[in-house]
Amino acid sequence: MSAKYIFKKIGTSFVTLIAVVIVIFLVLRLMPGDIIEPLARQEAAQMGLTFEEAYQRVADRYNYNPNEPITDQFVRYVKGLLKGDLGTSMINPRNTVSNILAVALPWTIFVVSISLVISFILGMQLGAIMAIKRKGFINNLITFYVTLVSTIPNYIVAIFLSIIFVYQLGMFPKSGVYSINVTPGLNIPFLLSALHHAILPIATYVITSTGGWTLNMKGSSINVLGSDYVFAARARGIPSRTIINKYMKRNAMIPMVTILAMSFGGMIGGAPLIEGQFQYLGMGAYLSKALGERDFILYQGLLLCVSVSVIIANLIADILYSKLDPRIRLE
Amino acid sequence: MNRLLNSIKDFFKVIFRNRQASIGFFILLFFVLMGTIGASITPLDMTVNFEKRFQMPTFQHPLGTDYVGRDVFAQVIHGSRDVLTLGLICGIIALGLGIIMGAVAAFVGGYVDTVLSFIINVSLTIPAFPMMLILAVAFNVQNVWAAGFILAVVSWGGVARVIRGQILSLRYADYIIASRIMGLKNYYIIIKEILPNTVSLLAVQFIGLFQSGISSSMGLMMLGVLTYRPTNWGVMLNLALQNTGIAYNPKGLIYFLTPIICLGLLQLGCIFFSSGVDQALNPRLRTE
Repeated sequence: MSAKYIFKKIGTSFVTLIAVVIVIFLVLRLMPGDIIEPLARQEAAQMGLTFEEAYQRVADRYNYNPNEPITDQFVRYVKGLLKGDLGTSMINPRNTVSNILAVALPWTIFVVSISLVISFILGMQLGAIMAIKRKGFINNLITFYVTLVSTIPNYIVAIFLSIIFVYQLGMFPKSGVYSINVTPGLNIPFLLSALHHAILPIATYVITSTGGWTLNMKGSSINVLGSDYVFAARARGIPSRTIINKYMKRNAMIPMVTILAMSFGGMIGGAPLIEGQFQYLGMGAYLSKALGERDFILYQGLLLCVSVSVIIANLIADILYSKLDPRIRLE
Repeated sequence: MNRLLNSIKDFFKVIFRNRQASIGFFILLFFVLMGTIGASITPLDMTVNFEKRFQMPTFQHPLGTDYVGRDVFAQVIHGSRDVLTLGLICGIIALGLGIIMGAVAAFVGGYVDTVLSFIINVSLTIPAFPMMLILAVAFNVQNVWAAGFILAVVSWGGVARVIRGQILSLRYADYIIASRIMGLKNYYIIIKEILPNTVSLLAVQFIGLFQSGISSSMGLMMLGVLTYRPTNWGVMLNLALQNTGIAYNPKGLIYFLTPIICLGLLQLGCIFFSSGVDQALNPRLRTE
């Protein structure tokens, strides 16, 4: 039963992937103007080729020829993807999407997943407290915090953190993902350096996304507390502590799991601003760099990778959800 | 006509009874007045005047001047018009798309629902912000309509999903089934039974779209796209970050903080007002 469910979900993810590839393919083709023509002119002038020859060479290098019919272009694009050609930089042809992916994606996943775990755990605790104690000082304090962070977008928090802690206090590095003085690998100096560079981006995400988790958990917990089985448990004389830990928290957390994947997507999407602010060289920083240089082919490849990571996150959340909530598997 | 007036009266009665919602209402009213009347009576002078750069607030310049000597107060007021228009356009188009996709999926059902739900899912999968960035650059957006449209095209998915869910749950609600059995016409059921139960949801979703449209557009402007209007708060913020050396220059602080505080207040107004709107429009939350 469970295996069938998982296979079905994998199938859905695969179809979603195909649709995402089509959408991303179309975005670049809908763009007015010929994006590789300037490159072809440059190449023709530098190599002493005719314009047509140079154009052909550029088109082959980028696997992108706007003069072909759109269906041929799509076939060409998908063939490239299947061969592992996600795209090549228009500014520096030695920079391919795959190269950037290898150096940038792990850092983004590192920062986003740590932030997600911390803010999820914090939000669950705070939300549970708010649901149990509806009035009082702690509740007011949490409400104030949640309201405050929901009015300030995360990129503004990033600006403030970087002005205060990087520029004014000099406590954290201005750019990069680890110091040049350490050798990458499983050694203490490297891990500490990586953490030192990642703390501010993580702090930004945690500060801004804990509020949402808190509110969701509060609502979900209040729902569970009002349900018949909690009432029955109270009537049987089960201590409040057990009710809170074993009944309320556990059940209230189940619907939260589906929001995890969406939240992951939101964080990854916001990465160009957050990573850009700290010059933390993850996917977001490369996305905003590619856009700044109008490097559309590189941007397209990076956007596809980011979308794929969201699809995978969704799949993991779905499978996790079916494990946590047995009612889902019966469908 | 009379009935409409009465329902508006009822609406504000509920809003003003709720302290949070009335604060939200007055904040929003303040910004609307700022963008309409304020922007028409405040002269905007964008000429560069280096001798007057980074002045502290005076009677003539209530919020001081920016990095090339232009009045910050006038810029913020004129910017509010563009910010609010952008939010409204984004909200209206995205809500429209969301209603069409969500309602059609839920009412028609069957394989139409499967296909539309799949499209909604795909639109939610591709990260919104990077998609807005590339669309804004690709189509070289130069006015508020195009900007609002691009924001909306990327952000309707969540609303469509919520509306679909709400209508599906209403479709099989007991009182709807009862109306069907009574032989009431479909359009009667939609207008008299389903619409009143979705109005509060639509209003709250609209405010959410308005809010997120404004904050994403400011984010886009910070990365140097959508910079068609120099007084938009996002563009002001971008210019403040690029040109004032804000990390070491306390003189630029007012210029830098003004758009941030306005954005924060506007968002706060939306959140507070939204809580009251739900109460005022949702028949189930009304106590009378």
